[in-house]
Amino acid sequence: MSNVLVVVEIGDGKLRAHSLPGITAGAQLAAALGGELHLLVLGAAPQAAAEGIAAAGYGAKTVHVGAHAELEPFTAEAWADAIVAAARSLGVAAIGGTATSTLRDALPRAAAVLDAPLAPEVTAIKGPRVFGREVSAGRAIAEIALEGDVVCFTARASEFAPAQPGAAATVAALAGISAAKRGATVLSIEKTQSARPALTEAKVVVSGGRGMREGANFKVLEELTDLLGGALGASRAATDAGMVPADLQVGQTGKVVAPNLYFAVAISGAIQHLAGMKNSKVIVAINKNGEEPIFQIADYGLVAKWEDTLPRLVELVRARKG
Amino acid sequence: MKILVTVKRIPDPVEPPKFAGGQIDTSSAKWVQNEFDEYAIETALRLAEVGGGTERLAEVVVVSVCPATKREHVTNFLAMGANRAIVVDADDTQLDAQSVAQLIAAVFRKEGADLLVSGKLSQDNESNEVSQRVAGLLDLPQATFAASVVWDRSANALQVAREVEDGVETKRVPLPAVLSVDLRIVLPTSVKNGATPEGHPYPDKPRLASLRGITMAKTKKVDVLKPADLGVSVGAKVVSRGVVAPPKRQAGKIVASVEELVEKLATEAKVL
Repeated sequence: MSNVLVVVEIGDGKLRAHSLPGITAGAQLAAALGGELHLLVLGAAPQAAAEGIAAAGYGAKTVHVGAHAELEPFTAEAWADAIVAAARSLGVAAIGGTATSTLRDALPRAAAVLDAPLAPEVTAIKGPRVFGREVSAGRAIAEIALEGDVVCFTARASEFAPAQPGAAATVAALAGISAAKRGATVLSIEKTQSARPALTEAKVVVSGGRGMREGANFKVLEELTDLLGGALGASRAATDAGMVPADLQVGQTGKVVAPNLYFAVAISGAIQHLAGMKNSKVIVAINKNGEEPIFQIADYGLVAKWEDTLPRLVELVRARKG
Repeated sequence: MKILVTVKRIPDPVEPPKFAGGQIDTSSAKWVQNEFDEYAIETALRLAEVGGGTERLAEVVVVSVCPATKREHVTNFLAMGANRAIVVDADDTQLDAQSVAQLIAAVFRKEGADLLVSGKLSQDNESNEVSQRVAGLLDLPQATFAASVVWDRSANALQVAREVEDGVETKRVPLPAVLSVDLRIVLPTSVKNGATPEGHPYPDKPRLASLRGITMAKTKKVDVLKPADLGVSVGAKVVSRGVVAPPKRQAGKIVASVEELVEKLATEAKVL
């Protein structure tokens, strides 16, 4: 078989937007393999969500429904069971999806059970079972070929366009799915409350670094963020210092973003931060020290203290947005 | 209680990668331990020790897949405080994640360990998959990307705060289990074992080896095993087709004022 199965996530009964780039990667891989695109929806009772997804199609032939009480809330243990069962019963050539914390957790576990290789965080589909990906904090691009009857991949969301609705897909129930949590229990999920777009999906990202000194100083960055309808980010130095929550971290060990416009304010530009934002289309750096490495990749650099410039920047952007 | 901690050797990440023959050239690389594995050994030691005292609640065993003659990173972890080490003698550069996971799973079984602690990814390949694979091969529960961990000794379980896409998930796993750690696990109050006094002054990074630790490390036991001793035949289903430097991003212009910046963003870059 040469079909590709993309595992998608649902929330509030709908497809989660961060799953869309993984569908695009899956479609590209299916085209390279000469096979069909199939989607997999997992949950306790995901039938209605699956029907909604199938109506939009997204280029898929069939949306497969894996229903089992143990699949909610998400655990890698139960999801890997279901992914393995789906891979075996559908006989697909590849399984993957967007590189979110969900698939990063569950897919390698499933791959191990399937004795399958995995291409993690791919940035390009180069051919059948051939992928491009960044290594060494974005300082090298590797091309890897995977061998075997079934291969796995996760796709970096910032490098694939969101899949678009298309012709409707069919819906099929996966029979005989087993799923077990191996004694694990999810006690709570504390979501970061924000009215802003998700960091990885925002067109504009405004990030602050160590030089912001304290969390209260992020207020001026938030003003700029909201004027531009963007998302707030931070360097590791700022999140480690507790200025802002950890899930705002942009970098090798945080989120990888590639917005149209990225503001790096009071950020020096450590390699691990650059790895998370260097593919942004336009980068603006504002830092009081003109020697910082961030200026080597910035399209526009302003050597100045944020205290002296950000309020004026907010004012000018507000005037322009009218 | 026996805790297994993995450590991988990687080319010093501070040095920019060199390229030769369409691959990364590591012939002159300085090999160091992966930073996330330093977080893993720190986590294991904080779980095992009673801060401020000498009592140990668990044995900490370091495991690495590497050439037996190139194990400085293992010695470093012994110097930090691990009790002993197991080196699986193999050319790690020729193995894929599944092979490494099979070797570690085999060591876990052989040792009858209760917990595997690993860094969430290695800074060279960044593949973030070995600990999940080990958990799958051993059919054990897993808690990945841990930002904090509490060892509930009476229940023989771990309560782990995990950094997920849009927040923090708290997951409880019974032992034996597999734990992969994220960078915030080394903050002073991130690891609790119910025995170290609250407020014990842990630093916000992995500990440095003491002089005594460095001396002691030389006397600690290191078992060297071959993959065949563990009944694992290794290989790689992941084949490199080449590695290149990314296109260089050109440094742009330095603007003189906020006014000029906004003007350029609007008329030149057309992003405002």
